[in-house]
Amino acid sequence: MKNVKHPMDFYLRMDRMPHIWCTGCGIGLTATAFVAAMEKAKLDTNKVCVVSGIGCTGRFAGYIKLDSFHTTHGRAIPFATGLKLANPELKVVVVSGDGDLISIGGNHFIHAARRNIDMVVICVNNFIYAMTGGQVAPTTPLTAYTTTSPYGNFEPPSNIPQIAESSGAVYVARWTALHIRRLTNSIFEALNKPGFTVVEVISPCAQYYSRINRLGDGLDMMKFYHENSQIKHWEPTDNLYIDYQKEIIVGKFVDRERPTYSESYKKWLAE
Amino acid sequence: MKTNDKGVLTGTHNLSGNQACAEGALAAGCRFLSAYPIPPSIEVIERFTQRAKEVDAIFIQMEDEISVLAAVLGASWAGKKAMTVTSGPGLSLMMEHIGLGVMLETPCVIVNVQRCGPSEGIPNSPSQGDVMQARWGSHGDYEIIVIYPNSPQEMFTQTIEAFNLSEKYRTPVVILSDESLARMVEKVVIPPANKIILEPRKHYKGPKNKYLPFKYDKDLVPPMVNAGEGYKFHITGLTHDEKGYPVMNEECQELNVHRLVRKIRNYVDNITNIEEKNLSDAEIVVVSYGITSRTVDKALKQARKDGINVGSIRLITVWPFPDKEIMKLSKKVKAFIVPELNFGQILLEVQRCNYGNAKIRFVEYGHEEIQNSDPILNAIRSLTK
Amino acid sequence: MKANPKDVRTGVFYIDGDVAAAEGALAAGCKFLGGYPITPSTEAAEAFARRAPQVGAMFIQMEDELGSIATVMGASLSGQKAMTITSGPGFSLMMETIGFGAMLEIPFVIINIQRSGPSTGLPTRTGQADMMQARWGSHGEYEVITLSPDSPQESFDFTIKAFNLAEKYRAPVMLMSDECVGHMTEKVEIPEADKIDLEPRRLYKGPKDKYIPFKPDKDLVPPMVKAGEGYRLYLSPLSHDQRGHPLLSQKSTTRRIVDKIRLNADDIIETKEDGLDDAEVVVVSYGITSRVAYRAIEQARKSGIKVGIFRLITVWPFPDKRITELAKRVKGFVVPEINYGQIVFEVERCVHGNANVVLVPHGGGWVHNPDDILGAIKQIMKAKKRYEGIFEYKTELEKLIFGSGVQKK
Repeated sequence: MKNVKHPMDFYLRMDRMPHIWCTGCGIGLTATAFVAAMEKAKLDTNKVCVVSGIGCTGRFAGYIKLDSFHTTHGRAIPFATGLKLANPELKVVVVSGDGDLISIGGNHFIHAARRNIDMVVICVNNFIYAMTGGQVAPTTPLTAYTTTSPYGNFEPPSNIPQIAESSGAVYVARWTALHIRRLTNSIFEALNKPGFTVVEVISPCAQYYSRINRLGDGLDMMKFYHENSQIKHWEPTDNLYIDYQKEIIVGKFVDRERPTYSESYKKWLAE
Repeated sequence: MKTNDKGVLTGTHNLSGNQACAEGALAAGCRFLSAYPIPPSIEVIERFTQRAKEVDAIFIQMEDEISVLAAVLGASWAGKKAMTVTSGPGLSLMMEHIGLGVMLETPCVIVNVQRCGPSEGIPNSPSQGDVMQARWGSHGDYEIIVIYPNSPQEMFTQTIEAFNLSEKYRTPVVILSDESLARMVEKVVIPPANKIILEPRKHYKGPKNKYLPFKYDKDLVPPMVNAGEGYKFHITGLTHDEKGYPVMNEECQELNVHRLVRKIRNYVDNITNIEEKNLSDAEIVVVSYGITSRTVDKALKQARKDGINVGSIRLITVWPFPDKEIMKLSKKVKAFIVPELNFGQILLEVQRCNYGNAKIRFVEYGHEEIQNSDPILNAIRSLTK
Repeated sequence: MKANPKDVRTGVFYIDGDVAAAEGALAAGCKFLGGYPITPSTEAAEAFARRAPQVGAMFIQMEDELGSIATVMGASLSGQKAMTITSGPGFSLMMETIGFGAMLEIPFVIINIQRSGPSTGLPTRTGQADMMQARWGSHGEYEVITLSPDSPQESFDFTIKAFNLAEKYRAPVMLMSDECVGHMTEKVEIPEADKIDLEPRRLYKGPKDKYIPFKPDKDLVPPMVKAGEGYRLYLSPLSHDQRGHPLLSQKSTTRRIVDKIRLNADDIIETKEDGLDDAEVVVVSYGITSRVAYRAIEQARKSGIKVGIFRLITVWPFPDKRITELAKRVKGFVVPEINYGQIVFEVERCVHGNANVVLVPHGGGWVHNPDDILGAIKQIMKAKKRYEGIFEYKTELEKLIFGSGVQKK
C-alpha cells in the first residue's frame, strides 16, 4: 500500500502535513471541498493561483500545492487583482476569513465586486478572530461572547451575501462546513463562472467561538448546523442575517451576468 | 538585455520630471502601473495612461494606496515590471506593503513625489521631508535602495536604473522626487532602444520539481519565477525557509533577516551612485541631493571665483548612504555644508560619518527659497572667516 | 493633579506586561481605546475591554488599525485621553494618521508591543526593530517621544508617564514595548491613586471669541479646547497658521511642532546610569535588552573590566549631549539591540569618532545571549585602534548558522 496516493495529495503540500488547524475546525473541510471542486473542474493547475490573507483561514494558501501567496491582512483581494490584471490567463482564487475579507479588507471586497474582477472568493466565516485569540469580528452574532466583547457583543453583524450582492458580485452562495457536497458544487460553479464570485462557508471554531460561548466542540456545532440550517435558494440577501444560535439560511442566492472588468476594458479600448 | 522598442520614445523632448518618469518606466519595460491620485504625482499617471494603449500596458486606479502597492506586488509576481507613484501621505499608507515587498523579495518601483508635510501639509510645494521615511518607514529590519534624481533627464535615466536595481537585488526600489522636480520642464534626450541596457529578471533555470523559492545564490539573491508557469510555489510574509514555508524559530529568523539585510549592505559599493566635483583640492564640500543640488553649482562657481577651494558630492542614490566616501573625505576637508529642504535628515547621516573630523554647517531651505543659491554661498563664506 | 481612585486598581498583582500597560492607561485616566487585535498586543486590549465598563471607559474594536488610530484622534479632540495598542504591521498602517496627530498637535498614546519582522515575520516572538520607524515612519517633519519599558512594572509606570508627556507636549508618544516584556508575568505594584501624579490637559481659559488654536505658550505648546463647547474649531492638517487656517508656508506651524520637542529635549529625556563613574566601556541599551545587559555587565565587572550601563528610557528624543560627553572619556560603547542596527547609528553619530562603537545585533525571536554582550565588551577592551565605522560583533547564533557561510564585509 506504500505507493498508493490519496487523490487529494496532488493538490496538497504533503510535506507540510499535519496542518495547524484545530480539531473541530471547518477550514480543513473547506480545503477538501476546494480540492474536490478543482478536481471536478479540470482546470490547468499551472495557471491557478491561491491568495490568502492573515488569520486561521489565511494559512490556507500554505497547504495548497498551486502558486500560492500568503499576503498581508486584508489585502489578499488587491494582491490577487494585480496578479490577474498582469496575467489574464491566471485563474485567481482568494481564500480568507471573515475578519480578513470583511473587516480590514472590506473596502477592497466592495470595490473588486463593483469592478467585477474575475476571481473566486471563498470566505470562511467562523464569527470570530481566531488566530489572534478569539476577539470579536464584524460577523460575530449579537450577544455572543468573545475576548473583546466580554459582556456580550452588542454590534449587529455584517451580512456577507448582502454586501457581496449589493457591491456587484455575480455569484453568491453560502453553505456550512457540514454541507460538504453542496459546497464543493458551489465552488465548482464559482470556478467556472467569469467575474467576481463569492462562496461563504459557515465554519465552527471549536477552540474559541464555541468554547467561549459554551456551545460544545466542532461536532456539536455541526449538529447545530444540521438541525438549524435551511436551504433556500434565491432567497433575497437581506434576509440572510445570522442571529445568535438561530436559523442559518444557506443556498445559492445570486447567479447573474455582468461584464467582467477585463471585458469592459477591452470593449472600451476598442471604442 | 535590450528593451522593447514600443516603450522607448526615442528623440529629444521637452518633458517635466513627472512625464520623464513615466517615459523612463515605459522604456524600462514597465507594463503595469497602479496608483491612487495624489498631487503632485498625478502627471506621471496621466502620461502613462496616455501611452498605455500603444505599448499594451495596464493601469488601474485602486481604492486606496494600500491596495495600490498590493496590486503592484501581485503584478510583479505575475511577471510584469510594475510600479506605483504617490506622495507623502500615500507613501505613509504603503509602509506595511513595502515590508511585504522586502520579505517576499519582489522587484517593483515606488515613486514618491515629495510634498511639504507632515500630514496634508502643502500639497503643491516641494520638500525633502520623506528621506528618512523612505529608509526606515516600515517595521522590522530591512534595507532598501532609494534614488533621488535632480532633473527630468535624470528622472528618465534613473527610473530605468531603479527597475534594473530592483530586478538585480529582488527588492522594492524607491525613487524620490519632489514637486518642483516633478513639474519643471527641461530637455530630455531619449536614446534609441538598442542603447538602453536592462537588467533581466533573474529567472530560475533548473528542473521544476527542484525549485526552492528562497534558495539564494552567491550574491544572496534567490532566482525568481512567475506565477502561472507551473512551479506551484508558496510564499509568505511570515519568517520562512528556502521552500517558502513558514518556520517559527530563532535560527530561521536570524538567517532570514541577516540575508535580507546583507543582500544590500554587502553590495553598497555596486549600488552607490554619487557625483563628485572638484574634490581633489577641496577644503569645503557641499553634500547635496535632489532639488537642492541644483543651486549648488552656482554657489560653487562663485566661491571658486572668490578663491575658496570648494567641491561637491551629490547623492544620486541616497540609500544605502555612502558612509565610506564621507568618512574618507571628513579626514581631508575642513567642513561639510548640507543644504536640505527639511529640518535636517541627511544632515544626521553626514554627522554620523564625519566622526568629529570636519565642521558641519546645515543650510535649512524653505520651499520658497529653492531657486536661490545665496544661502549656500553665505555658508561657504562664513566657514572661511 | 492626582489619579482618580475609581480608575486605579490599587494592589499587588502578578500580571503580564500587556495587562500592566492597560492598567497603567486606566490609572492615567485613559477613557478611550480604539484597537484592533494583533499578536502580541491582544491581551492588553482584552484587559482594557474587561475593565472599561467598571471605570466608564470606552473600548471599540475597529475594522482595522487605520480605523483604530483615526478614532483615537477623534476621541482625544472631544476631550478624552485616548490610546491604541498595536504591533509592527499595525504600526506601519498607522503612519499617515500619526502624521495627522503630529500636525494638529493631538495628545495620544500608541503602545507598540514589538514583534519580529519584517512584514508578518514571527508574530509571537520578540523584536526591537521598530525603533527607527517610531521616529521617522510618517512623512514630513515632526518629532515624537518614545518610552521603552523593561518589565511589567515599568509597563504600568511608563504608560502613565506616556499619557503625561502626551498632554504636556501635545505630541505623539509611543510606548515601545516588546513581546518579551508584554508576555512576561511579574509582580506589579499599583499604588494608591493619590500617589499617582497626572498631567492635566492644558485647557484654554480665556474668552471664547479670542481663542487662537495654535498660539503657543512660552514652552511652545498651545492650550487646547474640547470639541462641542462652542469654540467653532476648524482643524485642517494642511500647513496652517495660528488660527488653524491653511497657510502654505512650511515655516509657519511646522517649525514649532519640531522645535517644541527639540528645544524641550532636556526635560523630556530620561535615562538611567549605573556604574559610569569609572567606566571604560558603556553599554547603551533600551527595553528588554537592558535586563540581559545587566547580567553581562555583572560578569564583566567580576573579571575586572570597568563597564557601566546607560539605559535609554526615552529613546526619542535621543540623548545626544550625554553620549557626546561620555564618548570623550571612555574606550567604547557596546550597543546590543534586537535588530540589525538602529539606535547604534544614533550612538555612532553622537560619539564624533572619540570612542569605538560595537553593535551586538540580533535577528529577533528571542533576547540576546549575555555571553555575546560580554564578548562585545571584551572586544572594546582589546581593541588597539579606532575602528572605521561600527564594529559588528559576530554572535554565537550567527556563528552557529553561518560558520563561514554568508560573509559580512
